[in-house]
Amino acid sequence: MSKRQKRNLVRILISLILFIAAVVLPAEGITRLLAFLIPYALTGYDILYSALRNIIRGQVFDENFLMSLATVGAFAIGEYPEAVAVMLFYQVGELFQDVAVGKSRKSIASLMDIRPESALVLRDGSEMELSPEEVEVGDTIIVKPGGRVPLDGLIIEGNTTINASVLTGESLPYDSGPGDRVMSGTVNLSGVIKVKVTSEYENSTVARILELVESAASKKARAERFITRFARYYTPCVVITAVLLALIPPLFFSQSLGDWLNRALIFLVVSCPCALVISVPLSFFGGIGGASREGILIKGANYLEALSKTEIVVFDKTGTLTEGSFSVAAVHPEVGTRAQLLELAATAECYSNHPIACSIVEAQGALIDKSRVGEITELSGLGVRASIDDRLVQVGNSRLMEQVGVKWQNCDEPGTIVHIAMDDEYLGHIVISDSIKPDAETAISALRRLGVSKIVMLTGDARKVGEAVGARLKTDETHCELLPDKKVAEVERLLNEKSKRGTLVFVGDGVNDAPVLARADVGIAMGALGSEAAIEAADIVLTDDRPSKIARAILLSRRTVRIVRQNIVFALSVKAAVLILGAMGAANIWLAVFADVGVTVLAIINSMRTLKKSSS
Amino acid sequence: MKRIYKLENLDCASCAAKMERAIEKIKGVKEVSVSFMTQRLTIEAADEMFEDIIEMAAKACARIEPDCRIKS
Repeated sequence: MSKRQKRNLVRILISLILFIAAVVLPAEGITRLLAFLIPYALTGYDILYSALRNIIRGQVFDENFLMSLATVGAFAIGEYPEAVAVMLFYQVGELFQDVAVGKSRKSIASLMDIRPESALVLRDGSEMELSPEEVEVGDTIIVKPGGRVPLDGLIIEGNTTINASVLTGESLPYDSGPGDRVMSGTVNLSGVIKVKVTSEYENSTVARILELVESAASKKARAERFITRFARYYTPCVVITAVLLALIPPLFFSQSLGDWLNRALIFLVVSCPCALVISVPLSFFGGIGGASREGILIKGANYLEALSKTEIVVFDKTGTLTEGSFSVAAVHPEVGTRAQLLELAATAECYSNHPIACSIVEAQGALIDKSRVGEITELSGLGVRASIDDRLVQVGNSRLMEQVGVKWQNCDEPGTIVHIAMDDEYLGHIVISDSIKPDAETAISALRRLGVSKIVMLTGDARKVGEAVGARLKTDETHCELLPDKKVAEVERLLNEKSKRGTLVFVGDGVNDAPVLARADVGIAMGALGSEAAIEAADIVLTDDRPSKIARAILLSRRTVRIVRQNIVFALSVKAAVLILGAMGAANIWLAVFADVGVTVLAIINSMRTLKKSSS
Repeated sequence: MKRIYKLENLDCASCAAKMERAIEKIKGVKEVSVSFMTQRLTIEAADEMFEDIIEMAAKACARIEPDCRIKS
């Protein structure tokens, strides 16, 4: 509790004691009034003051005014204890609300507590402590064990383990050493490292994440807009009804003024929409904060809301469902063994840095005897020609085989086929493909379990490759050989196909798919913290590249929206019930206080659940 | 131009909504959002009148909640 909150608590307690004293005091008439006015003034003076000040400024219908009116009215009809009690309870409720909001603000802020305080910079041989904003690209910084990496960079010295849980939600630390990239915001666990800074603080990972989450609150969800619109009409309507209740029956139907005034007061107490106005944005805010802790950065409450209604999920294959890098999928020798063929191909390709060559070398491992290799010629668009053990080895595509006049074997496996020939003899081929991510299958079945009705895969890759991945993952539709603009057209067609309430989510790796990300209802960029364009275009950014996070994000969004709905239904029905009972004369002021303060407090407590980690 | 300001002493959620509506009506304001949770005012407005708009927005906020101040 803050100092101000503690002071308020003391004030409420003293007022409570004075109030009890007034109740038990056997006083009559003016003495009794005075006895109740003392605790009333003590608890309510600030409310009365603000109410007065706001009336002068022309701001009626605010909480202070309504509470003042209700309590003054209660005094007027002789309900002294009720008047004091309403004010007291209102203040207790306000205090509770204040504490709860403060607490949730703090717990959300602590999720965001990744801002580095300072950076230890090595300039001209001496160490100095600077704020991260002052460090320049190319500077060398020192990060000690237990410290937070303040800026993005490359490790130039030292080995350590890094914990990136604040960025990715992945709690398992990983080893890092010279040449590895480190992201700002991660925590250096074990060893001292020297890091060469590669970007200014402004463009660093940590600054981007903070900026993204902090500005998320400015994009409001439809439910939030509904509540503010609702509040605009609700309060005046209830107040006007209260006035009519107080005036019409006594004036025209000669009913008792006191009774109907009492009913009107109940209306005034219930007229505040606070329960909704506070709890709905709080729920969304908590939902976004909770998701960011798991490496799901949502750029606004509106996207969270849209995500909860996901009907179609469209994946851009490369980098989301597949690794986006090549690896050897199969080795098919015509002559000799698999190991021999792979070794020969790897030896021929050992000096090449083409991605396909690299994947062959990687599959072979470190056992390459480079001394066997003589002259090498790289044939652009065809492959490589190398002399190994004084024999001519050709490694490349079918065009290369045709050029050298070797009869090659076709292969049905999806992927890029690399043929190998020695002198004029065909030795066999190796199939290279982009491997499917280990959790791609679980990701898709999880989406189905969540009730996503259609899962579509788009790819620019060859039909054979794309369809094989689609069949393996059991997508509903697979569209291959698409140029970027065709991907937009495909997404537009799907947008027309879906139902009106559902939304279309597009998942890309952030490379070259900005137009599609922008066109979809919700664009998700995966593992895209490095790409500024992707962060700009996407609505949701996943800090790591596991596709199973998408189902998780949908689950979190649904939970948040469910909590918002619970609060709206609960608050509105309690208020409506109390208003109806009040109008019929069946409710008392205590019930009204509960409908106001009690409901607000319960709604806030319910909202706080969005912050909690749920297991599934 | 789009900028984010901190709001000090923003104590009530419905006041935040009222401020948002009041600032929306100021001429030259393209988009505005007042968040009670983050105590932030996000405002996008025409460059040439930006200073004046912010001043008017501050006045609008003070009218709704007298203790509320805009801080950059």
